[in-house]
Amino acid sequence: MSGAFRTPTGGRIDRLHPVSFTFDGRHYSGFRGDTLASALIANGVHLVGRSFKYHRPRGIISAGSDEPNALVGVGRDEAHFTPNLRATQVEIHEGLKAESQNRWPSLAFDAGAINDLASPLLPSGFYYKTFMWPAKAWTTFYEPKIRAMAGLGRAPEAPDADRYSQHYAHCDVLVVGAGPAGLAAALAAAATGARVILCDEQAEMGGSLLASTRSLIDDLPAQKWLAETLATLAAQENVTLLPRTTAFGYFPHNMIALAERVSDHLAVPDPELPRERLWQVRAKEVVLATGALERPLVFPDNDRPGVMLADSARTYVNRYGARPGKRAVVFTACDAGYRAALNLAAVGVEIAAIADLRPSPSGELASRALAAGIEVRPRTVVTGTSGRLRVTGATLARLGPHDLGPAQKVDCDLVLMSGGFTPSVHLFSQSRGKLVWDETLRCYIPGTSVERERSAGASRGLFELGEALEDGYARGAAAAQAARGGSAPARSFATLAVRLGTDGHIGATPHRRNPAFAKAFVDWQNDVTAKDIKLATREGFRSIEHIKRYTTTGMATDQGKTSNMNALGIVSEALKTPVPQIGLTTFRPPFTPTTFGIFAGAARGELFDPARTTPIHGWAVENGALFEDVGNWKRALVFPREGEDLHAAVARECRAVRSSVGLFDASTLGKIEIVGPDAAEFMNRIYTNAWAKLEPGRLRYGVMLREDGFVMDDGVIGRMAPDRFHVTTTTGGAPRVLAHMEDYLQTEWPDLDVWLTSTTEQWAVIAVQGPKAREVLAPLVEAMDISRAAMPHMSVRTGRVAGVPARVFSVSFTGELGFEVNVPAEHGRAVWEAIHASGQKFGITPYGTETMHVLRAEKGYIIVGQETDGTATPDDVNLGWAVGKAKKDFVGKRSLARASMSAPDRKQLVGLLTVDPGVVLEEGAQIVADPNVPVPVPMIGHVTSSYRSAVLGRSIALAMIKGGRARIGSRLFVPMPAGVIEVEVAEPVFYDPKGERFDV
Amino acid sequence: MQKFSGFALLRNALGGHQSWGPQWRNPAPKEAYDVVIVGAGGHGLATAYYLAKEHGVTNVAVIERGWLGGGNTGRNTTIVRSNYLFDESAALYDHAVKLWEGLSQDLNYNVMYSARGVLMLAHNHHDVVSFRRHVHSNRLNGVDNEWLTAEQCKEFCPPLNIKSMRYPILGGALQRRGGTARHDAVAWGYARAADARGVDIIQNCEVTGIRRDASGAVTGVETSRGFIGAKKIGVVAAGHTSVVMNMAGVRMPLESYPLQALVSEPVKPAFPTVVMSNTIHAYISQSDKGEMVIGAGTDAYTSYSQRGGLHITTHTLDAICELVPQFRRLRMLRNWGGIVDVTPDRSPILAKTPVPGLYVNCGWGTGGFKATPGSGHVFAHTIAKDEPHPINAPFSLERFRDGFLIDEAAAAAVAH
Amino acid sequence: MLLIDCPYCGLRPEIEFRYGGEAHIARPADPSALSDQEWADFLYARTNPKGKHAERWRHIHGCGRYFNAVRDTVSDFFVTTYRTGESRPETEESAR
Repeated sequence: MSGAFRTPTGGRIDRLHPVSFTFDGRHYSGFRGDTLASALIANGVHLVGRSFKYHRPRGIISAGSDEPNALVGVGRDEAHFTPNLRATQVEIHEGLKAESQNRWPSLAFDAGAINDLASPLLPSGFYYKTFMWPAKAWTTFYEPKIRAMAGLGRAPEAPDADRYSQHYAHCDVLVVGAGPAGLAAALAAAATGARVILCDEQAEMGGSLLASTRSLIDDLPAQKWLAETLATLAAQENVTLLPRTTAFGYFPHNMIALAERVSDHLAVPDPELPRERLWQVRAKEVVLATGALERPLVFPDNDRPGVMLADSARTYVNRYGARPGKRAVVFTACDAGYRAALNLAAVGVEIAAIADLRPSPSGELASRALAAGIEVRPRTVVTGTSGRLRVTGATLARLGPHDLGPAQKVDCDLVLMSGGFTPSVHLFSQSRGKLVWDETLRCYIPGTSVERERSAGASRGLFELGEALEDGYARGAAAAQAARGGSAPARSFATLAVRLGTDGHIGATPHRRNPAFAKAFVDWQNDVTAKDIKLATREGFRSIEHIKRYTTTGMATDQGKTSNMNALGIVSEALKTPVPQIGLTTFRPPFTPTTFGIFAGAARGELFDPARTTPIHGWAVENGALFEDVGNWKRALVFPREGEDLHAAVARECRAVRSSVGLFDASTLGKIEIVGPDAAEFMNRIYTNAWAKLEPGRLRYGVMLREDGFVMDDGVIGRMAPDRFHVTTTTGGAPRVLAHMEDYLQTEWPDLDVWLTSTTEQWAVIAVQGPKAREVLAPLVEAMDISRAAMPHMSVRTGRVAGVPARVFSVSFTGELGFEVNVPAEHGRAVWEAIHASGQKFGITPYGTETMHVLRAEKGYIIVGQETDGTATPDDVNLGWAVGKAKKDFVGKRSLARASMSAPDRKQLVGLLTVDPGVVLEEGAQIVADPNVPVPVPMIGHVTSSYRSAVLGRSIALAMIKGGRARIGSRLFVPMPAGVIEVEVAEPVFYDPKGERFDV
Repeated sequence: MQKFSGFALLRNALGGHQSWGPQWRNPAPKEAYDVVIVGAGGHGLATAYYLAKEHGVTNVAVIERGWLGGGNTGRNTTIVRSNYLFDESAALYDHAVKLWEGLSQDLNYNVMYSARGVLMLAHNHHDVVSFRRHVHSNRLNGVDNEWLTAEQCKEFCPPLNIKSMRYPILGGALQRRGGTARHDAVAWGYARAADARGVDIIQNCEVTGIRRDASGAVTGVETSRGFIGAKKIGVVAAGHTSVVMNMAGVRMPLESYPLQALVSEPVKPAFPTVVMSNTIHAYISQSDKGEMVIGAGTDAYTSYSQRGGLHITTHTLDAICELVPQFRRLRMLRNWGGIVDVTPDRSPILAKTPVPGLYVNCGWGTGGFKATPGSGHVFAHTIAKDEPHPINAPFSLERFRDGFLIDEAAAAAVAH
Repeated sequence: MLLIDCPYCGLRPEIEFRYGGEAHIARPADPSALSDQEWADFLYARTNPKGKHAERWRHIHGCGRYFNAVRDTVSDFFVTTYRTGESRPETEESAR
């Protein structure tokens, strides 16, 4: 019922729980515990995909994360659709929908397969040599065609409906990989009491033990030992077991990133569960027990569906009860091929022959194969296969001393291949550990560690079960010892397991076809063949990185897990250079492809970035404000009334301030309390202004430069006491200013006795602006005198407003009489509402940032970041008066002395009046002296601020113009796409130039 | 040089591509050269190519510590654009774009320059004003760049999310001539074309010293393969510039930072253009192969490690998933780092140095790839004539002393 | 994400810190006495070594203090951290 190729018994699948699923719309049945690949194999389905370039039919090659071919799209709907998943890793569940990729119109008949016929035209790098004529055709014709052919699966079209979460964890010992070595390492480390995390990328822990049928550990069948060991570990509080969790990245200072697949394998996941979870683990010590990957053999047509890695075929039979075929030819360079043959034969797969590259296979497995009546052909290679959508036969030939013997075709529906095993050193290499070439094993193994890390078992070339267990235990104990002291109890493992030896092969195998045309695949997914790699070497590419990039070998979604070593072998032969001298491409994270969503985690929409709101925010929301984003802040932009557009609302707000009184939430201003005996001296050094003589109770506008002389920030500063300043900064500049101050205080002037405290969040700031401001505020004020006589413009008083302790600044960013009321943030809204109530009889009008901008522009006040852009000196923006010329030094002073800083053609702040008063210039528009010259038109400045002024009944603008002050009164031009706008250069103060309105 | 063409490909196909020769030689270093270029990245190889092609200086060696094109040339996100604010920058980068437009034909190597447009997104009022300033400045400088409303951005790039996000898109600046090119092909194309004109490209040869005579002028380089004489030396060593210049006793206004990038698994065409967002720190395009190519800002600290922290990648992907929420299920395939050399004003240095015969081309920061042809072209002029081309004259070392900075970064800085 | 040993707080992850550039570049006592070139060198010239680098960090989401560190810019491993005002410790070339 779950497939004709299912074995009657055995395997770790749950035969009591059948699961139905679809692949390309066809219904199939499998069992709980199946992967999509094992379930398809049990149903006799091998054709699962098409290759990237040639669109050749492809089957399942492996049983794990190294799979290059069997990539599928999975998802019940568009919002849950994921392309490019490996069928070998997808666990089936009831109702799973999977589809094949990169084929049209169907998997069995794919029009793209024409590329296979055209393949002589498509060698490595063909696209660098052609598609250049005519020049424009690349973008308009060739590239779109190539793009449509490229790509594997399709991207989802609907936003992802799933959630992702993120965990940070610390542990003493992180063990990566729960095969024999990893399990033993975890046992040892856990026994010391160390906090242990053991993770494994598969659904079940156990690694190679999951496919074991005959091995014994401590007199128990391996799978029973595994169950007991996992139970032992699970019972320990200091152990965290993470199955379905891939350690994908090894980052500096022992931070390892894990991706846990939480709910994709469930038919009906708990909605509380995320889809996946990112673990960022800071481990004191790491044990890498990442095992080894079987190498394919590189022979012609080694890519037909039904050609499979031998040990993977064994996994399908032993672990999943799925027979990958009926009659198999085994091509091997090591004993693993024999083990697979024996296991397959045991479930009724006929073994037509074992072709062994080695001259005289010997050892236990070979003897057992012979005893079982399997035909073993030493010194024999597979030189090709036949079949289209499924392999139908293999051609075998005997290796002679100089040449190949006659070819013999053997019918089969399965070709197993084994070139030996390659240790998985990906994470070790990511950790920047040094790999060393092991001439005996013919592979790279971990050498010197850089991080606090050690490899164990097969990942360092110890392939035998007993040695992997012993090594894992020793390494786990050593890791725990290094992490926190304490030693694990001595333990040894009595194992009875077949020895596979260390034979193997890298590179291509001999065949009798024309090597210029035979397709012997090295990288299945990217369709890179042995001849492609040889072509690259002929074209002068010698570095393995060049060869990789030119041929794209190892750059597919499997990142070369199956291909890298064979590619090295072929290059080595082509260049007649030993492998270690060719080098190795860098292993980069992630180990396997990792979902973008887990990196983003909860950071989406409103949670993408925190929104800072003021204490008055709720009131503004209730009163219909529109908001703008300023840094993290939400600021009220304008308070439109019913039926008003933005312009009308701003004009009304502006008129209210000019004629009566307005109310503005200035709480976002940065605030820093500067306190200490040396506070004034500190201020002198940080700001351009002189501070020593500022009396307590007075305010001063301060300008701050970077050390390179350019304006960094500004703000009004109150001297609260001889040793205390209340500093304000721009909204966006607050953290930068405090950091700048701390930097100088801590590292340049540690002798100054000054303390800096950010008070931005502590004060709500309510600006009451307009001729009626004093009358509005006066009834609410206690313990201070804000009368005109007692509190002149630019002074500060302390007392109570609406019953709340307050610092009141008489200050104006509007040109009108104004106060800024600072009250503790928690009272902000109450005081705002009290002032609002008090102002009712004057028609008090709340206004937003847009009105604030217009009013200040009418007065020619700059906004740092709008008029200045990091290239303006104080003099450029008419703030030369704020620079204390008599001061010996302040931050930025020396830079102002450079010739460039007083060059006559520097841009200077001026006003602009359009000749047509109804025209509002565009902010950012460029200004020219002569609009009638051809491109490139010399530009002499740009518009920094531009508004309709309600009070002036016309447009106004501020601009930075080269030599601008000398141009006041002259005409300039603003060339816009729709026509040239004529402007007159003006003083930048448009309203009340004498400043008589501050003190009405 | 064997000419590359569709016809040549066809002819070779019949013979199984057995007759293609090496794209460049693998020569042993000569005793001395007229010019030695240190660094066989795109800029260095381009410099050598234009020295030979434009100035007839063919006795040139390009010396490379590793393999050619293996530094930032092979590690960047391949974006090409020229919509810079200041006249000096616009002239430099647009000079490059003009060369990009005919580069495949000039080099006889398909560098796959794809003018698919570069769209820079504005998320707040400051961005809007800043980009409009760029647009107007570019227009008057003859550099294409246009302002799009949010809806027009969406129309130009349909996968974009413009509304349901923390910082909704308010508009964007689009340079239609901007786009991408195939980074490796640029290095290989220049290498092959330079080699064909007689330039020696010497790989696996590390410079360990710069030799100077009594007058202070350079006489050659010490290398891991021995001394190589040179009348002039052009240092084009990107992240390693400080290290090389230090050998000549020149202390540079440079810091080297890790810059990370990543690609997704390849998918069918799903993203038509290049989108950049400086405000939420991410950029994305889709390669011809189908991978989403994604980059972000630098790590915080100087480093030569060619890798950075996971938190930088995480932050980048936060932004990508906001901009294109349907890509949240795509998967990261590769993540890597380069070393970018950053100047105080974020503009490059292409200049003579205080040491006679020593020239330097560096400081491209995160944006050097786009400038490759233009940079090589004007730097070759600078070396050949011993004086800068008018385009690179402003990009001197002296500007830091005199304060004539070309501060593109400050000009775009956010402050209110 | 690096792990940084704040001399005041102990080992903390990098995201708690802000990098502060090269250490031991003291602001001249009398900037007006410097030539333009000397001033530019102070402002802009950096050692930018490939190898041991003395640099400043600030534990901004912790104690708020600046301190110095010697870090190998090839491996990104710290050799040592020390307090502002202390001179750069002698470090072995092979330190990890």
